[in-house]
Amino acid sequence: MTAVLLSAVTLLPFFWMLSTSLKDYGAIMALPIQWIPKNPTFHNFTDLFQKEGMTVSMLNSLVVSISSVTVTIISSAMAAFAFAKLEFRGKEVIFLVYLATMMIPSQVLFIPLYLLMGELKLVDSLGALVLPSVFKVFAVFMLRQRMMTIPNVYLEAPAIDGAGVFTVFLRIICPMCKSSLATLAVICFMDSWNDYLLPLVMLTTKTKFTLPIILSSLNGQYKSEYNLLMAGALVSMLPILLIYALAQKYFAAGLQVGGVKG
Amino acid sequence: MYKKQGIRAFIFLLPSLAGLVLFNLIPIFASLLLSLTDWSGLSRVRLFHGFFQFVGDKFVGVSNYSQLVKDPEFWAVLGHNAYFILMYLPLVLLFSLMVALIIQRKSRMASVYRVLYYIPVLTSWVAGALIWKWMLSPEYGPINNALSAIGIKGPLWLQSEVWAMPSIVLASVWKDMGFYGMILLSGLLAINPEYYEAADIDGAGYFQKFKSITLPLLSPILFYVIMLSLINAFQLFPQIMVMTKNGDAGPNGATMVMVERIYKYAFKFGRMGYAAAWSWVLFVIIFGFTVLQNVLQRKWVYYES
Repeated sequence: MTAVLLSAVTLLPFFWMLSTSLKDYGAIMALPIQWIPKNPTFHNFTDLFQKEGMTVSMLNSLVVSISSVTVTIISSAMAAFAFAKLEFRGKEVIFLVYLATMMIPSQVLFIPLYLLMGELKLVDSLGALVLPSVFKVFAVFMLRQRMMTIPNVYLEAPAIDGAGVFTVFLRIICPMCKSSLATLAVICFMDSWNDYLLPLVMLTTKTKFTLPIILSSLNGQYKSEYNLLMAGALVSMLPILLIYALAQKYFAAGLQVGGVKG
Repeated sequence: MYKKQGIRAFIFLLPSLAGLVLFNLIPIFASLLLSLTDWSGLSRVRLFHGFFQFVGDKFVGVSNYSQLVKDPEFWAVLGHNAYFILMYLPLVLLFSLMVALIIQRKSRMASVYRVLYYIPVLTSWVAGALIWKWMLSPEYGPINNALSAIGIKGPLWLQSEVWAMPSIVLASVWKDMGFYGMILLSGLLAINPEYYEAADIDGAGYFQKFKSITLPLLSPILFYVIMLSLINAFQLFPQIMVMTKNGDAGPNGATMVMVERIYKYAFKFGRMGYAAAWSWVLFVIIFGFTVLQNVLQRKWVYYES
């Protein structure tokens, strides 16, 4: 009973979004309100893609999210391997510095990050959103934990056969961590897809906007045209829902390790 | 095993370490220095060319910080954050616990609910906030229409000084309960089912079992969720930016909060130095809670031995 009620509370806003996205401007201002649109129309969606540059934003979001995930996975897997399986001087100290950065909220960093991107000539470019993902401490931490559970035998045997450490990393360690890497990929994709503060600070040109930014700019522009805004919200959600449907178990696994929040 | 690992390790660490230095350590350091200046944000400053010279020219010592604690707006904003947390925390705990208890069951429906309750978590805050802004539309929104159907005249929600913050709380609980519910679920699943079986034999009722078994054994993860949601709550931002008007953050500034102020001082009001100082105060608050978490965890939380 509680379960059904709670589901209704959870889903009604989405149903309202869907229903509004299929109405025209007149219908959203009609009383009594219509949960099922009387004259459904796809006009809002065609408007979004043809007039409001939603296609470009969608592509921008895809480019940023996919690149960010790739960059995070590569750099974090490499670093995690060094921390988990290699011996070097200063290992403990460096790892402590890594952990300490978890304490710093991203809001402390965005002002100097803006300056830094200015130096790199990356302000108002998608690169400004991708580059910082080269360092994700929770990703390093999570993969390190996973790699530490791999017995050293897996490294020693190929070493005797003359395989280099890079080969071992690529051919043995990474495949063994496949499901952790997949978990990380879905979490990072979601974080990047839904990110708001960083793109808000970095992007100024409309053709560079990612989906959350175009949505919030439409919100400023068309204050009361909720038919258009709800269509935009719906479109922005679909790719994430699709990924969730395909990779649900990795999302659940991700929560267990990190408690990382987008 | 492998000789000369130092140089190899360095190669493996290089991308991540470069990111750490470039996107974390240097910004942290720069932000600290900028918080000691009265830089407006308008004059150009180069991070790698004459940055120290620039900081020296604009140096004002700790005056940003002393100005901050004297600013009544700062205390009002802190109050808004606290007010948000006061309403949000008990509600989000209650609802995420309900979510966890529902999806814990071993039935086919439970796995359906598991998916359903997670959808708001997957949604971006911008989309979620837009949806709620429209849900709470005083005239055409379903909430006020439902209220008027039972004879209640609904409030103006986001346009009312009194109701603006509760509206934000409402949307935030909806957005977050699935997230914390999933974390609590891992705690529930870790409880040994034998405890419940023993209690069943003794004829314990549902609430008694909940009180004497579930709650104490859940307390470590419950505590973790409280601290995590507290720390996250101090950083609330996108919902404020989308739901309450951009310029003034709610009627009469009712929803001005820390991060919203930091963003606006930095990029709208041209007071970068002040914004940086403000961000460090936020850091101190969050750091304080993290320390508190570690201290209290040892004292309060019951661990199964």
